[in-house]
Amino acid sequence: MYPVELKYTKDHEWVKAEGNIVVVGITFHAQEAMGDVVFVELPEAGDSFDEGESFANIESVKAVSDCYAPVAGTVVEINEALLDSPELINSDPYGEGWMVKLEIEDVSVLDDLLTAEQYQAFLKEEE
Amino acid sequence: MREPLIFEISKKGRKGCYLPPCDVPTQKVGEMIPEKYLRDKKAELPEVSEIDVVRHFTKLSTYNHGVDTGFYPLGSCTMKYNPKINEELSRLTGFARLHPYQPEETAQGALELMYTLQKDLCQVAGMDKVSLQPAAGAHGELAGIMVIKAYHEKRGDLKRNKVIVPDSAHGTNPATANMAGFKTIEIASNARGEVDLEALARALDDTTAALMLTNPNTLGLFESQILEIAEMVHKAGGLLYYDGANINAVMGYARPGDMGFDVVHFNLHKTMGTPHGGGGPGSGPIGVKKRLAEFLPVPTVEKADDGSFYLNYDMPDSIGKVKAFYGNFLVMVKAYCYIKALGTDGLKEASEVAVLNANYLMENLKKTYHLPYDRICKHEFVINSKNLKPYGVHTLDIAKRLLDFGYHPPTVYFPLIVEEALMIEPTETESRETLDDFIAIMEKIHQEAIDNKELVVNAPYNTVVRRLDEVSAARNPIIRWKKDE
Amino acid sequence: MRYIPNTSEDRQAMLNSLGYEKIEDLFQDIPEQVRKAAVFDVGQGMSEYELKKHVRALAEKNQTVDQCISFMGAGAYDHFIPSFVDQLLLRSEFYTAYTPYQPEISQGTLQAIFEYQSLICELTGMDASNASVYDGATATAEAANMAVAATRRNKILYSKGLHPEYAQTLKTYCWSQGFEVEEVDLEQGITSAGQAEEKLNKKDAACLIVQYPNFYGCVEDLEELAKKVQAQKALLIAVVTEPVALGILKSPGELGADIVAGEAQGFGNHIAFGGPYLGFLAANEKQIRRLPGRIVGKTRDVDGKVGYVLTLQAREQHIRREKASSNICSNQALCALAATMTMSALGKEGLREMAETNLQKAHYAYRQLTSLPQVKAVYPGQAFFNEFVIELPKPAGEVIEELRKEGIWPGVNLSVICEDLNKCLLVCVTELRTKDEIDRLAERLGGVL
Repeated sequence: MYPVELKYTKDHEWVKAEGNIVVVGITFHAQEAMGDVVFVELPEAGDSFDEGESFANIESVKAVSDCYAPVAGTVVEINEALLDSPELINSDPYGEGWMVKLEIEDVSVLDDLLTAEQYQAFLKEEE
Repeated sequence: MREPLIFEISKKGRKGCYLPPCDVPTQKVGEMIPEKYLRDKKAELPEVSEIDVVRHFTKLSTYNHGVDTGFYPLGSCTMKYNPKINEELSRLTGFARLHPYQPEETAQGALELMYTLQKDLCQVAGMDKVSLQPAAGAHGELAGIMVIKAYHEKRGDLKRNKVIVPDSAHGTNPATANMAGFKTIEIASNARGEVDLEALARALDDTTAALMLTNPNTLGLFESQILEIAEMVHKAGGLLYYDGANINAVMGYARPGDMGFDVVHFNLHKTMGTPHGGGGPGSGPIGVKKRLAEFLPVPTVEKADDGSFYLNYDMPDSIGKVKAFYGNFLVMVKAYCYIKALGTDGLKEASEVAVLNANYLMENLKKTYHLPYDRICKHEFVINSKNLKPYGVHTLDIAKRLLDFGYHPPTVYFPLIVEEALMIEPTETESRETLDDFIAIMEKIHQEAIDNKELVVNAPYNTVVRRLDEVSAARNPIIRWKKDE
Repeated sequence: MRYIPNTSEDRQAMLNSLGYEKIEDLFQDIPEQVRKAAVFDVGQGMSEYELKKHVRALAEKNQTVDQCISFMGAGAYDHFIPSFVDQLLLRSEFYTAYTPYQPEISQGTLQAIFEYQSLICELTGMDASNASVYDGATATAEAANMAVAATRRNKILYSKGLHPEYAQTLKTYCWSQGFEVEEVDLEQGITSAGQAEEKLNKKDAACLIVQYPNFYGCVEDLEELAKKVQAQKALLIAVVTEPVALGILKSPGELGADIVAGEAQGFGNHIAFGGPYLGFLAANEKQIRRLPGRIVGKTRDVDGKVGYVLTLQAREQHIRREKASSNICSNQALCALAATMTMSALGKEGLREMAETNLQKAHYAYRQLTSLPQVKAVYPGQAFFNEFVIELPKPAGEVIEELRKEGIWPGVNLSVICEDLNKCLLVCVTELRTKDEIDRLAERLGGVL
């Protein structure tokens, strides 16, 4: 449920690094807590975000959540498939349910994020 | 069989409306309006006869539950009986058939009614001046918070950009603050369900524009430290906004003005017995203390020295208009009738019995359901279904099961600070027998949840439709009929 | 005891069962100081008969539009309302219900709103409509808000042809949110395309708001304006105060509007001294999730039966709280129901007929009035629907006063709204006016000038 090759945040996002491009999505836990996702509002390519800034919105029937940028960066690509099929976030959060690709300047900031093990420990703590 | 859409019973050539004839010499349409502005296709309205329309909407009405249908203990909404006389009187042609721009001399009765209503609302709330313009509670909130903004601006106190709301507040409070350009600071409630004074003290500073509060709050509990709260907020230079959703609890026992509030809105469709109409129209007048009167929306209704009434636009510091014309006038007529029918003693009595009924229900329901704040309540209270969680039954299931017994369920999942909340407001217009029957059914459902979970989680069974798929409705919104579908 | 079923014995028994002696015991949590101060006086209660007499007397002090010949419009239009409408509004299942939060027992309200949304879409030529807002003025302000969110620009341009009360409301809303507001002038009664273009070229405007037909009755060239607006990536907001006009005029959607806001009082709702009315708000597909307020959607229940629910609720204040784009909570459900019933009864042909009758009668009146030597057409040559402006040789207020004595309300005095129009009257002619009444207006107006 929490692939070891990914990094995680306490805001329940996952990050996968591909050079200076990172792919961002929400975790299995986050999608489960939200329930059935009905709509995703994504930024536009070219938008820049600071670390911790809200870059997207996810709606379920009875809730809406902000997604916060795990690292500072500029959007290079968004997952357009989510606009028509938001349920991909529920069915495949780490694959087809990815949200944005960010270009980041300093790859070393990724070291500060949680490992799968640390994230799972964090989830336990939160419970 | 379910009633189809009005479009689906359309038949070419039918008509349900017989208009006055065109008795003037006519011109070609194209001579009056250039072709490029003219529709080349008529709007696809249905073609139905008068009896088709009448039967269609009569049938639709039978799919609804109203206060007249049965008990409607929907917390925070004050679903009291809507007196029929008020419907009759608001429909008098002397009110319904007035044009908003007709000369004031020809609308003296209407203006007098508004003037008196302004005065009466001042009395009930302990305020100095009222504007009737806002169209609903949330609209009143917005106008009221704008008045507060204008007050600080006029004083040059420009750094006041924050509005404090408790975590138990109605969603409209933070949304209003945001819409008026303020940042919202949410503060936690204490173990008694009231504002936590320490949290409030931490939140207050010279950027505080206002505190928005409902009293009794959304848990139905009176904020017993209200005088201390008011003092703290005023000392910090902020103002107090009273969300009047719950005034039905305290008429004759507590007036917002006496508690230290500076601005208040009323929901005439709650407290003053005007019908909710399936979601509106309501009416949300606001009342303010003297020092804020100059900022109220224009126009207010005033009385001249000669005894005549007029619309006063001469308020240079007014926030301006918040809607066209003067407010939801016909709703005001109903509220006026309600106040005049009950009088001073009747309004006080309404609050007394509303509170009595609520406490009676609470004390009886807490025998089966969990009551998170066990103390005297005002006109409503919050219980939850925590005890049923081990059985896999949730608040939503209880609400849906209640439908099978002919009740409108309480407000569910609000306030947000109580898990699995059921917020119950019986109002004063229900009899003890109605309350006893409701208690019995709530107990029965509680037992069903323990003995026969499936029965409860699959409810309702007796309604025109059963649980609806809200997920697909939101994922692929179909929000209109289209001709070729 | 009014409307309270519990007898004093009931109350005492209930109190005792809770362990209290008297009702005041239930109010001990209120500080004594507050309780003592809470004295008020709204007079003694009245019996139903007394109330009826008292309120009737107030109503009779007013003069209604039925007691005279009225040519008043300006945002409040007196159109024919079939008798069945009010009788059905008195079905208490409709009017004593609350918001349809429990869809299983609110299918009546929900389906009616779905039909309302569909009718508004048909009329405006848009993809989506909400369930209605307070009135046309607040609909306009909400539309501006949507445009700001969509474009991330915070300047609002509006035409001077926008109803002055709508413009004032818009300014109040914009002031509170910190948006800039700029007016675009009129040229010969319609929005100056040149000035609009100039302002739009700065590329900082979220939208241009244009009333159609405008406050002075003239039909605006929305298509041309839409092109100019969209060339600068702003939105065109069309505002309609007289929805009957859309029975004959091209829909704003067809002409390129991004959002259509307006007032639907003209369908089935009395002029009622200004309220309650209902604002409508419709948008193209791109803006659906920015629409504020309630929206009803179609779905199915667990057995596969068609049903209707409130949908896209995550946009709204009760979920999104301080992040909601609007604080609106209610809609004008019962007014929207009246509009839905009336539009249904009119139907495809009836609406066209109604619109055409308005057009013919207004143009007849225009010809009759402007043929008086003392009366001048203010915007000659401009297309209009059922309202137009005339200029008189003396202040409009005086003329209104004189004609009122003869039972004629000749129109709305524009000097009250705009000082430079102090001799101008805004005349509205709906299907309710007859040829005789129009002739009488022309004759008497000639007589007092």
